[in-house]
Amino acid sequence: MPVVLNRLFRRRVEVDPQLAQGLEKTRRGVFSEITKLFERTAIDDELFEDLEMLLIQADVGWDISQRLVGELKSRIESESIKDPLTAREVLRLEMVELLELATRNRKVKILQRGVPFVIMVVGVNGVGKTTSIAKIAAYHKSFNRTVMLAAGDTFRAAAIDQLNVWGGRLDVPVIAHEQGSDPGAVVFDAMQAAHNRNIDVLIVDTAGRLHNKSNLMAELSKIRKIMQKTVEDAPQEVLLVIDATTGQNGLVQAQEFAKSVDITDIMISKLDGTSKGGIAFSVAKEIGTPISYIGTGEKATDFAEFRPETYVDSLFFGIGDGL
Amino acid sequence: MFESLSDRLNETFGRLGKKGRLTEQDVDEAMREVRRALLEADVNFKVVKDFVAAVRERSVGQDVLKSLTPAQTAIGIVNEELIRVLGTDREPLRAPERPPQILMLVGLQGSGKTTHAAKLAVHLRKEGRNPILVAGDVYRPAAVNQLQALGKQIGVTVYEEGVQQNPVDIARNGVKFAQERGFNPVIVDTAGRLQIDEKMMQELVNVKAKISPTEILLVADAMTGQEAVSVAQAFHERLGVTGLILTKMDGDARGGAALSIRAVTGVPIKFIGTGEKTDALEPFYPDRLAGRILGMGDVLSLVEKAREQTDEKDAKRMQDRMMKGQFDLEDFLDQLQKLRNMGPLNQLLEMIPGIGSQLRQAKAQVSEDDLKGIEAIIQSMTPDERRNPHIIGRSRRIRIARGCGAEIHQVKDLIKQFDEMKKMMGDLGAMTKKGKMPKGFPPLR
Repeated sequence: MPVVLNRLFRRRVEVDPQLAQGLEKTRRGVFSEITKLFERTAIDDELFEDLEMLLIQADVGWDISQRLVGELKSRIESESIKDPLTAREVLRLEMVELLELATRNRKVKILQRGVPFVIMVVGVNGVGKTTSIAKIAAYHKSFNRTVMLAAGDTFRAAAIDQLNVWGGRLDVPVIAHEQGSDPGAVVFDAMQAAHNRNIDVLIVDTAGRLHNKSNLMAELSKIRKIMQKTVEDAPQEVLLVIDATTGQNGLVQAQEFAKSVDITDIMISKLDGTSKGGIAFSVAKEIGTPISYIGTGEKATDFAEFRPETYVDSLFFGIGDGL
Repeated sequence: MFESLSDRLNETFGRLGKKGRLTEQDVDEAMREVRRALLEADVNFKVVKDFVAAVRERSVGQDVLKSLTPAQTAIGIVNEELIRVLGTDREPLRAPERPPQILMLVGLQGSGKTTHAAKLAVHLRKEGRNPILVAGDVYRPAAVNQLQALGKQIGVTVYEEGVQQNPVDIARNGVKFAQERGFNPVIVDTAGRLQIDEKMMQELVNVKAKISPTEILLVADAMTGQEAVSVAQAFHERLGVTGLILTKMDGDARGGAALSIRAVTGVPIKFIGTGEKTDALEPFYPDRLAGRILGMGDVLSLVEKAREQTDEKDAKRMQDRMMKGQFDLEDFLDQLQKLRNMGPLNQLLEMIPGIGSQLRQAKAQVSEDDLKGIEAIIQSMTPDERRNPHIIGRSRRIRIARGCGAEIHQVKDLIKQFDEMKKMMGDLGAMTKKGKMPKGFPPLR
């Protein structure tokens, strides 16, 4: 879409205050340097070089950085753009468009009365699955839905305790067996319990697993089959959590999990650090799966829905720095 | 998605080589490939810049221009430089001026501190030491329980004061407790924290001041991206990190973060974490990681994958059966399934140096489906048929073919091939027994 059209249709930048706060630190890093980069009198080669470097520094990755810079260059040429600030705007919209690839396939989720909406949360070790589950539980509770948690991580020591602590804090029931027991059995019990108690949303924790361990990945499909004994189309949501600190391996993670468990949604966690979460761009481009949520801290409320424009704008402009 | 650097350099130099003489500009083009490979491996861009400059200098000065195999020469230089930066010598844990040896683990959330505290304890106990774990993470829900559970599992004492106390006091009391009871070393777990969280970083500084640890080990995830540098720098500036533990190396991340951290802090990499079990801690070998960063195949990982799928007893039993000519279709199926469990065939083949590019050149595709087909045929046989394939006559063949959707001749072919294979195994067994080796086989040893 030509810039002019985009400008006509562009809404005023809405910055989600909570998201912006979480992203504040990120913004102060690389992306505000991107803003600064365009505060110059003319567009020159140095600008492109520095831009590529900053994008790479944000974990956007070599391929996508090349692509973004290349596209910017050709647009500047074909549209004879002279003003650096206009160029910045072109880049901004390019980045938003790229992220929109990750929301285009978003499906409307339907919660049926009497049928638990089952969310299976997966990811590699240490990305913050359990904390993310607490956030999602709080999110669904805020819509007055009844929520239940299933302690499907029976492998890691005290993962069950950790989920129980969150269950207590959020006043949400937790179905758990002992550590070392079969995750399938816990999931089956939880499915039955959710069904019998008329629970709206059942969130199932799973043990962290590296995506290159095929036997552990196969276990996830087994868990899925067990869910389907109680609810035919469960899990209605399979959420992959990716740590924003992750480098290019994040894309491989998304690809592999998509292959073995048909993930329906992605959440980017730990965006409160200085990491830029640039992996979102390659994930958006290479995988069709929608990025749906972001996590920005250790509290259950440090959570927001993923919005491409807000993501890019918060990273570019932050609070009170409108256009 | 990642091609190995050696493939790319071969391609680049191959293209350039056609015009006769190589120039410095050609080397520059090759250096762009080096740069790209390192960036894709998550090496920090600043580190990449310095690194490529060093490699370029050596390449131009040295023989790359004159070499008949410029790509290999360039790869050699890159590899050497990588190993040089990663550290050529293994650095053991420091000895304390006076006991106990105190190891303090620090790092971001989710990097694997608690798990690696337990792994270190197991490792050190194997060396005849008497370790104790101190539960200093009072923030993450159930972190103390996690360390306690791990301690129970590995049989190592855990010192804890619940979650109401101040981590600085817990650490100090833990060390005191260890001294009184004769525990040594003391491994202190701490809560994960962001390097920009001033209050939390100050807490670590206070812990350090109270217990004067022998080692402050930064625990870092091998999958970390460009931020690895700022994280490591911040921890190092505040605390004076003495060593690095690189975790989740059993994943398939290239692990460029390790190079960045090492390059900017100079801190040696002391251990790598290679699995979820408490004994999955290994000393660090720079050459292995160098090969991995370059994507040059990883035979060792392949061996490890194979080891994951079989235990030694199993392998021995299977070998015996083969030698005695008792190997049947049931065993064959078992072997096939183990092979498939190791991961996609293409991926396995790529771990073997050189094969990746050869496969691509030949456009050969190893078909996973072929294996599935064989599996299906065997699976639709009765246990009896699997053990005695010779009882399979025409009517059984028809039934088997129907059962798995194969053609009748495929069933026949499979049995024929299996018979030949078995015959060969039997011959081999008989000959080794007599002490003679069949022609063309290297001596078994």
